[in-house]
Amino acid sequence: MRLINRRPGGFGIFASAAVPFVLALLLYVVASSIRLAENPDDKLLPNLSTIGAAIERVAFEPDRRTGDYIFWTDTAASLKRLVTGVFLAAMVGLAVGVPNGLVPWFGAFWSPAVRALSMIPPLAILPILFIVFGVGELAKVMLILLGTAPFLMRDIEQRVRELPREQLIKAQTLDATSWQVALRVVLPQVMPRLIDGVRLSLGSAWLFLIAAEAIASTDGLGYRIFLVRRYLAMDVILPYVAWITFLAFLFDFGLRRLNRRCFAWYGA
Amino acid sequence: MVRCVVVIEIRNVWKRYVDKIVLEKVSLNVEKNEFITIVGASGCGKTTFLRMLLGEVQPCEGSIMIDADRLIPEPSADRGVVFQRYSVFPHLTVLENVLLGLELTDSRWLGRTFGRRRAHNVERASEMLERVSLDRAADNYPSELSGGMQQRLALAQTLVKAPRILLLDEPFGALDPGYRSDMHVLLLDLFRELDLTVFMITHDIAEGFSLGSRLLVFDKLRVDPHNPDLYGATITFDLPVGHHRRLDSIMDNMNVKPNQA
Repeated sequence: MRLINRRPGGFGIFASAAVPFVLALLLYVVASSIRLAENPDDKLLPNLSTIGAAIERVAFEPDRRTGDYIFWTDTAASLKRLVTGVFLAAMVGLAVGVPNGLVPWFGAFWSPAVRALSMIPPLAILPILFIVFGVGELAKVMLILLGTAPFLMRDIEQRVRELPREQLIKAQTLDATSWQVALRVVLPQVMPRLIDGVRLSLGSAWLFLIAAEAIASTDGLGYRIFLVRRYLAMDVILPYVAWITFLAFLFDFGLRRLNRRCFAWYGA
Repeated sequence: MVRCVVVIEIRNVWKRYVDKIVLEKVSLNVEKNEFITIVGASGCGKTTFLRMLLGEVQPCEGSIMIDADRLIPEPSADRGVVFQRYSVFPHLTVLENVLLGLELTDSRWLGRTFGRRRAHNVERASEMLERVSLDRAADNYPSELSGGMQQRLALAQTLVKAPRILLLDEPFGALDPGYRSDMHVLLLDLFRELDLTVFMITHDIAEGFSLGSRLLVFDKLRVDPHNPDLYGATITFDLPVGHHRRLDSIMDNMNVKPNQA
């Protein structure tokens, strides 16, 4: 049988997907033990037990100074900012994108402005956000909002424009007003696309979150990573990075499931 | 034939775009309950003509009157339409697709009805679905239907609003021939039952002859070989045809073979 016709099945799919991860872990363990054999005080590649001890310290023992389980308080703080920012961005994306794509006069005013807005590098205006909104939660949420909303607005506008002309005409021959077209024809068809758009923008949302936390914060996953960097605490940084990756994966997975669950017609 | 009231009066309609003329000097009177089929080469303005009747495209010159009123210059509920594709809403089930038109009129803000009103609408929609033999697929999404079933759904969705004029843009163009004749029977039944005036574009000349009561041929009277867009198309033939006549004899008289569009 030709190579292009051979497919992994059942357990094979799992096993082959796991191989790169296992290899990476192995490579790390080997490299770590080589470095530690040369210098037992090496902090760059701590061995797994050191990392395990660090995880136990931050996640399952109360902090000596504050009494918090800092791993979990960091996670909660970061997720709150991320979810608030992305949720607001999705709402703004809908509220601007749908009329931009559907109502010519609305689009004539706001479509070029949105395009210009989306060209501003969000991190470049981070100082402005800190000046205007202070160094509290608001500035961080605003950075995520300003960073992801323009993409969502343009994406939704594009999706609305992609709807077949025939559908909009048909709805009008069924007596629909502009509002009803938006509500019953456009909005439900755009929702799963919005969720896809959110999935795509979650990557940059994490970037903005960590950037904001690194610069001005007192808790959060990004804050912790940048804090312990001063002590070269790779044993904390590595599990934090793995945890952020896992959370990002969970979000993506969850949103994909949500799409398939709620919009059975979508992608069919 | 007894003279009926003219429903649609089209007078000297032109459609120009910046670099070309699509339609010129189109004039036509249509009476109530006519079934008009429209044939012609592609790109000769058939669809533009239909889109004008729909109100989606405005004529540059001339006028279109319905019952002595100027045509509403945007699509409205008095003119139903079925396109070749994309006529049904993919995010609604078969039942919801038919229900939509009823709910949009009943509830101007939410576009949804509830309780007894909804039950009443569901009943009406179900009757319509039964009429086009889709009652057993009521809970399916359009993507789960065959092409012919989707077009039947599109018909049901339009006809539940009881439009006076039905516009069809190659509605059966994508269906296989065997299925098409079933659709013809259904369409003619509905045409008689629901008191419609029909305009139907087709690229199948046999369909044009057999289905309608009147056949329009769109073509260009003048052609400039160096600048084909210089002149527009118009109605070159306006033939009374009828499903009561035998198609073959008409074909023999015309010296045209079926399917030679």
